[in-house]
Amino acid sequence: MKAVTVDHITKTYGKDKKVAVDNISFSVEKGELFGLIGPDGAGKTSIFRILTTLLLAEKGTATVDGLDVVKDYKKIRSSIGYMPGKFSLYQDLSVEENLNFFATVFGTTIQENYELIQDIYVQIAPFKDRRAGKLSGGMKQKLALCCALIHKPTVLFLDEPTTGVDPVSRKEFWEMLKRLKNQGITIIVSTPYMDEASLCDRIALMQSGKILSIDLPKTIIGSYPDKLYRIKATRMFHLLKDLKEQTNTLSCNTFGEYLHLSLIRDDEPNRNALIDKIKKLGHQDIEMSEVVPTIEDCFIKLLKS
Amino acid sequence: MPEAVIKTEKLTKRFGDFIAANEITFEVSKGEIFGFLGANGAGKTTAMRMLCGLSIPSSGHAQIAGFDVYKQTEQIKKNIGYMSQKFSLYEDLTILENIRFFGGIYGLSNKMIKEKSDELITQLGLQNEAKKLVGSLPLGWKQKLSFSVAVLHQPRIVFMDEPTGGVDPVTRRQFWDLIYTAAEKGVTIFVTTHYMDEAEYCNRISIMVDGRIRALDTPANLKQQFGAGSMDEVFFSLAREAKRGE
Amino acid sequence: MKQFLVFVKKEFFHALRDRKTLLILFGLPVVQIMIFGFALTNEVKNSKVVIADQAKDMASQQLINKIEASQYFEIEKSILNRKEIENAFREGKIKAAIVFPENFNYDILHENKATLQVITDASDPNTATTQSNYLGSIITDYQNELNENMAQPYRISTETRMLYNPQLKGVHNFVPGVMALVLMLVCVMMTAISIVKEKETGTMEILLVSPFKPLLVILSKAVPYLVLSLVNVTTILLLSVFVLQLPINGSILLLFAESTLFIITCLSLGLLISVRTQSQQVAMLISLMGMLLPTLLFSGFMFPIENMPYPLQLISNAIPAKWFYIIVKSIMIKGLGIGGIWKETLILAGITIFLIAVSLKNFKTRLA
Repeated sequence: MKAVTVDHITKTYGKDKKVAVDNISFSVEKGELFGLIGPDGAGKTSIFRILTTLLLAEKGTATVDGLDVVKDYKKIRSSIGYMPGKFSLYQDLSVEENLNFFATVFGTTIQENYELIQDIYVQIAPFKDRRAGKLSGGMKQKLALCCALIHKPTVLFLDEPTTGVDPVSRKEFWEMLKRLKNQGITIIVSTPYMDEASLCDRIALMQSGKILSIDLPKTIIGSYPDKLYRIKATRMFHLLKDLKEQTNTLSCNTFGEYLHLSLIRDDEPNRNALIDKIKKLGHQDIEMSEVVPTIEDCFIKLLKS
Repeated sequence: MPEAVIKTEKLTKRFGDFIAANEITFEVSKGEIFGFLGANGAGKTTAMRMLCGLSIPSSGHAQIAGFDVYKQTEQIKKNIGYMSQKFSLYEDLTILENIRFFGGIYGLSNKMIKEKSDELITQLGLQNEAKKLVGSLPLGWKQKLSFSVAVLHQPRIVFMDEPTGGVDPVTRRQFWDLIYTAAEKGVTIFVTTHYMDEAEYCNRISIMVDGRIRALDTPANLKQQFGAGSMDEVFFSLAREAKRGE
Repeated sequence: MKQFLVFVKKEFFHALRDRKTLLILFGLPVVQIMIFGFALTNEVKNSKVVIADQAKDMASQQLINKIEASQYFEIEKSILNRKEIENAFREGKIKAAIVFPENFNYDILHENKATLQVITDASDPNTATTQSNYLGSIITDYQNELNENMAQPYRISTETRMLYNPQLKGVHNFVPGVMALVLMLVCVMMTAISIVKEKETGTMEILLVSPFKPLLVILSKAVPYLVLSLVNVTTILLLSVFVLQLPINGSILLLFAESTLFIITCLSLGLLISVRTQSQQVAMLISLMGMLLPTLLFSGFMFPIENMPYPLQLISNAIPAKWFYIIVKSIMIKGLGIGGIWKETLILAGITIFLIAVSLKNFKTRLA
C-alpha cells in the first residue's frame, strides 16, 4: 500500500474559478522523502491541504495510508503530522508548554516517543522555558518539527518549512529530515528552493498547478536534453547580453558565479567560433567548461518548453 | 574612486541592553550592487531601517545620498526607493492606478508620470494588462512591477529586502536583469537575499553576524579568503559562529 | 478529558499573558463603574435656586429651610421683584426660582389653600423637569407635615412615593446596565478574537488536523473567559456595594447564576462571530459596532424602551442585554426571587441555545 496517492485532483478558488491545482496525479511510497518543488502559486499548499483533509477538491480522489481524504478524514487526522506554511506555533507559550500541549492533544506524552525527536530536541532543550515567540527562526523550525512528530505520525507533511530561513538553518533542517527518514516515516516536503530538491528521494517539479516532471532527482538531471556549459568572464552582465544575442545560443542563464550556456549547433568548431566572437566583443579572462545540469536548469528548461 | 552614496561609521542601534546593530562601518559607491547578507536575527533589518531613514541610530554616523540620517531623514526618503517581498503594490488597484499613485507620492509631475508609466509598461511588455488589477497578476510580474515602481522617481539608491523570495527561476533572472540595467544607469542597489547565487551577482557583499559586519568584500575575494568553493560555504563558515541563533 | 483540560490550561495561559487582554478584562469594568457611578449622574445636586419671598412669614420660612436642608438645592439669594428674577435667568445665573406670594401663611391657615410659583429654566428640559419634581416633592412633603398638625386634615393630596429608590439615586440604574455592557463587551469580543487569532496565525489548521474534536477546541476557549468574567462580576458587585453604596436586596446566589447564564449567552455570540470572520480586526469591529451600540441603545439602561416607537421595541426584544438588565434590576433592587424572573430567564436561555446551534451549524471542520 502506498503512503499517499493523488488521482486527477483539480482545485479551483473563487467565483472566476481560478485553477490552483490542475488535474494532478502522483503517488508516494512508504518511507520515501518526497519533495514538491516549485515557486509560489504552483499549487503546493493547496495539495497539502487536500491531503491533510483541510480542503475538498473539485475533482479527483486522494488517499493517505490507504484512507480516503474525504470519507475517512477523521482517521487520517489522528495519524498524520502536519506543519503548515509559515507556521508560528503558540507564541506566548514556552517551548516545553507547546510540546506538552501537542503531545496531549494527540493522546501521548513527550516521553513516549522521545527517541524520535531526541536529536532535534536536545538542540532547543536549553531554552525550554523560553516563550516560542522569542526564539530565532531556526529554533522555531526545530520546535515546530518536534511538535509535528511528537505522536509518531505515519506520514509527515511539511509545507515550506525552510522558507525565509537562512541557508545555515536550512541545511541543518534537511539533515534532520534525513535522519527522520531512517526511522521509517514517510515525509512529504514542499519548497521553492531548487537546491533542496537534490536532497529528496523523489521530486515533483510544479508550476501553475501542473506537474512539469516527477522522478528521482538524478533521473531528471540525466534526462536534460542538451549539453550544458558553464562560462564566465570579467563583466558578467555584458557577457550575458552578448551571449543571448548570438544566433547559436539555445539558452543562457545566470547561475551565480557562472552563466549556464547551451548551444543549438554544438560541436568543437562552433564552440571555438563562439569564444572568438566574445573575445572580439571585448571580454577577457574567459573560462568555459562542461557542467552537469542542476535541478534549476531542468526547471528552467521545462518552463520554457 | 567613484562617489560614495552610502557612508556609515560605527552605526549602532540599541534597544535597552540589546545591541541590534553594532558599529556598522562601510561605504557603497554609486552604481554598485551591494549585497547585504546575514542570518535571521543578525541585525540586517535593523541596519537597513537606519539607512532608509526609518529608524534613528543610537550612535555613530551615516550619510545616505549625502544626507544625514539623524537630521535629514525626509530628504533621504525622497532620494531612495524601497521594495520588499512583503510590501508590493496595492492589489485592488490596476497597474496604471498604482503607477499614478506612487508617482504622485514621489512628487512627480503629471507629465512625468505619463511618460514614465508608458516607458515602464512598454519595458515590461504589460500593454495588455495595464488596466488589470495587480492582484490578478502572477507573483513574478508583481515583483518586477514593484521594482519598476520603486525606481519610478529615479532615486539614487534602491533598498531591496529579499525581493525574489518564492519567485520561479526564470522570473528571478528577469528581475536581476532589471537590477543590472538600473545599476548601469547609475542607481545604487542595496539588496538582502537568502539565495546564495544572487550573492554572486553583487559587486560586493557584507555578511552580518550577531549585529556586526564580519565580512566585506567581493565574492571572489571572500571565497579565496575562506578557502571556499561557493558563497554558500563562505556563509556557512561565518554563520556557524553565530550566538544569536539561539 | 485530559485533552480538554490541557486545552483549557493553554487558553488560560493565552488570556493571562497578553497584557492588552488583561487590561480590557479587568481594567474596563472598574473604570466603567467608577465613571458611571460618580461622574455621569443625571441626578441634580447643588442646583442654585432663587427665592423671592414676598411673604416673609413663618410658613414660607419653614419651607425655605426645608429646601435648603435637602442636598439638592443651594439658596442663591432673595431678590424681590420680577424684573430681577428675569434678568438672573437670562444671565444664566439661576436655573430655578420660587416665588412666595405675600400672604402665604395666612392663605394656608385661613383658606386651606395657597399657591406658590416654581419657575425653572427649561432650555435644559431634563434638568428642569427633575428640579421641579424635586421641588414639588419637597413642597408636598411640607404640605403633609402641615396636614398632620391640622385639626381637619381632610384633603385629597397626591402622594408620590418613589418605590425602592426614594432618593432617586441614578446608581441603581447604572450598575446593572454597566454589568450587562461590560460582560457583553468582554465576553463577546475576547472570545471572538481568541478563536480568530488561531485562524490567523495558522495554529487552527494544526488543531483541525488532530484527533481533537473541533467542538472541544471552542469550548476550551470559552472556559477561561467564563471564569474571568465571573471574577469581573464579583468585582463590580463589590465596588457597587462598598464604594457606590448600592445594596443588593435579593439572593446573591441567584444573581451569580443568572450572570453565568448571561455570560454563556455572550460567549455564544462571540463564537458565532468568530465562525464567520477571518481576521481579528473584523472580529473586533463587529463586536464593538455590532454588539456594543445596540446594547447601549436597546438594553433600556440609557434610554427607556417604553418611549421608543413600536418597531424599535420589537428589536430590543432580541437584545440579550435587555433581558439581563431586567433580571439584574429585579434581583438587586427589587429583591425578587426566581419566581419573579423566570420568564426573562427562559427567554435568555432560549436566545443562548439558538446562538449555539447556529454557530455549531456554521462551524467548518475544513478550511473551505
